[in-house]
Amino acid sequence: MEFKGCAHRYGRDIDTDVIIPARYLNTSDPAELAKHCLEDLDVNFVGNVKPGDIIVAEENFGCGSSREHAPICIKAAGVDVVIAKSFARIFYRNAINTGLPIMECPEAVDAIKQGDVVSVDADTGTIVDETTGQTFKAQPFPPFIREIIEAGGLINRTKEKLGRS
Amino acid sequence: MARPMTMAEKILAAHAHLDEVEPGQLIECDLDLVLSNDVTAPIAIREFKNIGVGKVFDPTKIALVPDHYVPNKDIKSAEQAKIVRDFAREQGITHYYEVGCMGVEHALLPEQGVVGAGDLIIGADSHTCTYGALGAFATGVGSTDAGVGYATGKAWFKVPESILFRINGQLAPGVTGKDVILHIIGMIGVDGALYQAMEFAGSAIEAMPMEERMSISNMAIEAGGKAGLIAVDDVTRAYMDGRVERPYVEYHSDPDAVYAQIFDIDAADIKPTVAFPHLPSNTRPVEEARDVTIDQAVIGSCTNGRITDMRQAAEVLRGRKVNPNVRCIVIPATQQVYRQCMEEGLTDIFLDANCAVSTPTCGPCLGGYMGILAAGERAIATTNRNFVGRMGDPTSEVYLSSPAVAAASAVLGHIGLPEDLPAVE
Repeated sequence: MEFKGCAHRYGRDIDTDVIIPARYLNTSDPAELAKHCLEDLDVNFVGNVKPGDIIVAEENFGCGSSREHAPICIKAAGVDVVIAKSFARIFYRNAINTGLPIMECPEAVDAIKQGDVVSVDADTGTIVDETTGQTFKAQPFPPFIREIIEAGGLINRTKEKLGRS
Repeated sequence: MARPMTMAEKILAAHAHLDEVEPGQLIECDLDLVLSNDVTAPIAIREFKNIGVGKVFDPTKIALVPDHYVPNKDIKSAEQAKIVRDFAREQGITHYYEVGCMGVEHALLPEQGVVGAGDLIIGADSHTCTYGALGAFATGVGSTDAGVGYATGKAWFKVPESILFRINGQLAPGVTGKDVILHIIGMIGVDGALYQAMEFAGSAIEAMPMEERMSISNMAIEAGGKAGLIAVDDVTRAYMDGRVERPYVEYHSDPDAVYAQIFDIDAADIKPTVAFPHLPSNTRPVEEARDVTIDQAVIGSCTNGRITDMRQAAEVLRGRKVNPNVRCIVIPATQQVYRQCMEEGLTDIFLDANCAVSTPTCGPCLGGYMGILAAGERAIATTNRNFVGRMGDPTSEVYLSSPAVAAASAVLGHIGLPEDLPAVE
């Protein structure tokens, strides 16, 4: 999986309440949720984000609530991949399970600036800041997690295991 | 002889049918309970249907608790709640709780004996870690994990390292489990236990009533923890006996179990604590927060909506009035707590003090309804999160505290301690 897009930079401890405020959790429709993605953190995000863009954040991205609406709305808003120094564990699971590519790479997070064009090869873990020409290598996923990602998420992997694919 | 293990490792090993596990190991485990609510279940049900197995793995091992936006706050919420209700009926789910029986899930399930020691539980709600207080390994997951859990009764886990927190000595009067966990989160930060299991022990925990222990385990997630466990003792047994439906299993950490870190905390160092906006780790002693005026106080939630919490709040409010500049909202977390409040005269105390008393709901804690804040307003709350916009407008503020401090603040009109109040005549 290869991606290329503009970087939207945020800080540490970006919680799932600012990713998708609970006042919108009376629906689970991805398109509806996407309209409010990151609204309480950055009101301009939804207007600025282009399909294929990339979120870059510091430590503990996605902390707080277990709401799967968070990775769902990020993906539905057009974001292809999230690069962070670390992810909160439920968000990490949810992203893997729902097929939102995520990468842990502190060096890339330190170097990439708001608006930089970034390309990502999720299979090799290679991140290139096309604006500055710098290349980074993300932590590879353990084989078990790769299996889920390659199946296209946990539901597909479960179907495969149950012989229902 | 298996390697020495922590209680978290022992519970995971038992449910993976292995003699031993070690941190970092990826395992698949059998689940004792899969929980979800009216926000997370609709997506879990969608994903379950997508798998195409037709029937859930075991209708007695799934709990569906509509509690976030019920009684339905609007048409969209009503539709979500209906999806859950229809699924519960279609699948014959034993532990479905309709409005009128329902309570805030993490207060309700222990109270009803649906969870017990030694269980392995996943819940599509981050505060599922609450049941660690009963000696269970319980952790929050997303809806897809829950949907797969409905279908297979299994989930994958990476065995976490454990961190041990020993709270030694005696807590000062007025210092509760809530203050202990806020103190710890303030100490280690909101990702201080990321990917790790927290275990709480020591003489102050041993002396603590069950419901305050639940407040501690409940907020393990606010330090990034995967679980927040407390070993079973006589207090736990007294709570579970006659309540827990199934035989329960006690797991105790081996004396030579390996921890990633051990913290020894002197109980006497813990003061009544409040977390300032916008992170639960942004803690200060209450005595340094007296200049913060408040517009609202919320007493309830999965963290502090149990009868012990209601009693502590009522003790402060007895014979007093809520400050005219404050709205004080009290939400007993379950029907049983609600009834007990009436029988013990606590409801009269709340009403006499001019509190609004609500039927059980998560409501204001997550900014759903039943106490939303306007721009710039401030609330003190016995809830668990104070993120930007958590209880309403993105410019509003939430301060987290114990029930006694929230009640005292409601009377004072600013954050303060019960001993700041003039004596009742």
